[in-house]
Amino acid sequence: MSEPAILVEGLVKRYGKVVALDGIDLHVPPATVLGLLGPNGAGKTTAVRILTTLLRPDAGKATVAGLDVVRQAEELRHVIGLAGQNAAVDENLTGLENLEMVGRLYHVPAAEARRRGEELLERFELTAAANRTAKTYSGGMRRRLDLGASLVGRPQVLFLDEPTTGLDPRSRLEMWDIIRELVNEGTTLLLTTQYLEEADRLADKIAVIDLGKVIAEGTSDELKARVGGEVLALRVADRERAAEAAGEVLGLGPGGGNVDNNTGEITIPVGSEGTAILTEAVRRLDSQGIRLADIGLRRPTLDDVFLALTGHAAEGGSEDWASEDGDRSKKRKRDKERART
Amino acid sequence: MSAITETLRQPGRLRSTVSDWWVLTWRNLLTYIRKPDLLVFSTIQPVMFVLLFVFVFGGTFDRILPPGVPYVDFLMPGIFVQTAIFASTQTGVGLADDLQKGLIDRFRSLPMARSAVLAGRTAADTVSVTVQTVLMLIVAYLVGYRLHEGTAEALLAFVGVVSVGYAFTWVSAFAGLSLKTIEAVQAALFTIVFPFVFVSTAFVPLATFPSWLKPFVEHNPVTIWVDTVRVLTLGELYSSETSKLFAHVQSLGTLMWLSVLWFSGFLAFFSFLGVRRYRKT
Repeated sequence: MSEPAILVEGLVKRYGKVVALDGIDLHVPPATVLGLLGPNGAGKTTAVRILTTLLRPDAGKATVAGLDVVRQAEELRHVIGLAGQNAAVDENLTGLENLEMVGRLYHVPAAEARRRGEELLERFELTAAANRTAKTYSGGMRRRLDLGASLVGRPQVLFLDEPTTGLDPRSRLEMWDIIRELVNEGTTLLLTTQYLEEADRLADKIAVIDLGKVIAEGTSDELKARVGGEVLALRVADRERAAEAAGEVLGLGPGGGNVDNNTGEITIPVGSEGTAILTEAVRRLDSQGIRLADIGLRRPTLDDVFLALTGHAAEGGSEDWASEDGDRSKKRKRDKERART
Repeated sequence: MSAITETLRQPGRLRSTVSDWWVLTWRNLLTYIRKPDLLVFSTIQPVMFVLLFVFVFGGTFDRILPPGVPYVDFLMPGIFVQTAIFASTQTGVGLADDLQKGLIDRFRSLPMARSAVLAGRTAADTVSVTVQTVLMLIVAYLVGYRLHEGTAEALLAFVGVVSVGYAFTWVSAFAGLSLKTIEAVQAALFTIVFPFVFVSTAFVPLATFPSWLKPFVEHNPVTIWVDTVRVLTLGELYSSETSKLFAHVQSLGTLMWLSVLWFSGFLAFFSFLGVRRYRKT
């Protein structure tokens, strides 16, 4: 059996009293992609910073490419690439100069550093802008250049911390294509994201992280299976009455549900009782005179998974409804216990 | 895996460290070339000081100072040291900028020498200090500044001024890494550096200060450095024998010795703090 590209055991990091990582375990086989999925402040960036030697853990053990992140930090830096949350490029250097600089700092000879730089610019469609200062680049171009910089050293393991945060939809799609291509070439990748769709599309395995803990791990299908069967999704025609509608139908499923007051959408995991619950929901809402714009049963998305596991949506804007008491923290706790069993 | 680890430990380490220093120095120098306004604006301020002091206070001081010592010749050593110290602010500003843009994180994830970011930054900014000192020398000549001693003394004074700038790039580096935002770095450096520069003999003789301030002025390192440059450029004219105004001025030997001592102290103390900060950031 080949050794894992990334192995993390019981990693803990505290900032004063705040526990950023509360004992996480990760196991990433070579040439696979792990998506670290979680909301802001979940501990994703802290994990990446420890694995790329920028931060020392308070407890636990982590190795990347078989090298210990604390004791063999120096050797480790030779075999990893990092693209952090903000495109870390020097605005006053040209695209090519940026890549050459990073190449030289990996101690690649000057001519070779230049060749690799040109190659990467070509690959990321930046050749036309090679001799322009990075200041003139668009957000998407900077991200591509930043990704290029993380590849100059031909890393065995690549870390991308929220690679598409802040990009417009078109640039995001471009980025996804580029990342998928890298993955096909066999790079081991650890990717953090708050976008469920991104993890779904790019990662072989997803670790859901919340409040410094891995609360679920598996392929996207496995995670979806955790929601248990199907999801009833309905949208109220009159958004004003979404809360009222929720009151009528949320109790129908085995475990609460979610209502988004902005869109009037209500989702309820329904297990295998889909048809019966759907019929009952339509009947109840009809008797209250609440009109529906849309209703149907569907397979759970990662959004539903996230909600079921953490008790809150991945991105802001929606309000979660616990079955009766509405006590958010209680529900979160219960959900996490459920996730662990 | 162990094979890779071993090749990494091979000699060539010093060579790669020097290469890292050079790459980072080159990178920072390119910034000065790409953004010439950086140098232009940091030169305009000291030029303003020269013009203001020479033409506003010059009239009065020309009468107070002993014969043979025009105010401009007295003033310029102070301006040179002030320019070097203020120019070093750029180091902290640049580092705070790199921190905010995430560049420091990238550098720290690379297999490069830990010292390179600070060494490259301070080296490039010292080149900038050198260029600004030369520019100030030209401006000085245009407003009538003249050297009274030989070329060797002038060169020594020049090296001294640039060295003070170098020591302060480390003060600035420490501030930049600690405060992390450009605005905070600028505010902090000016608040701390201004009193040291102005409550010294940089612009006026010691004798003109109120007596309760005199002990501070006399032992202020800025006074030591400025006085050294003055003795090196004015010679006998700036000595306790020439005028009561200069009663405190020590011999060249003592001043040189004290200058080197203060310089080494600043450099050692702040480079230690700066490097430690960098490791922890």
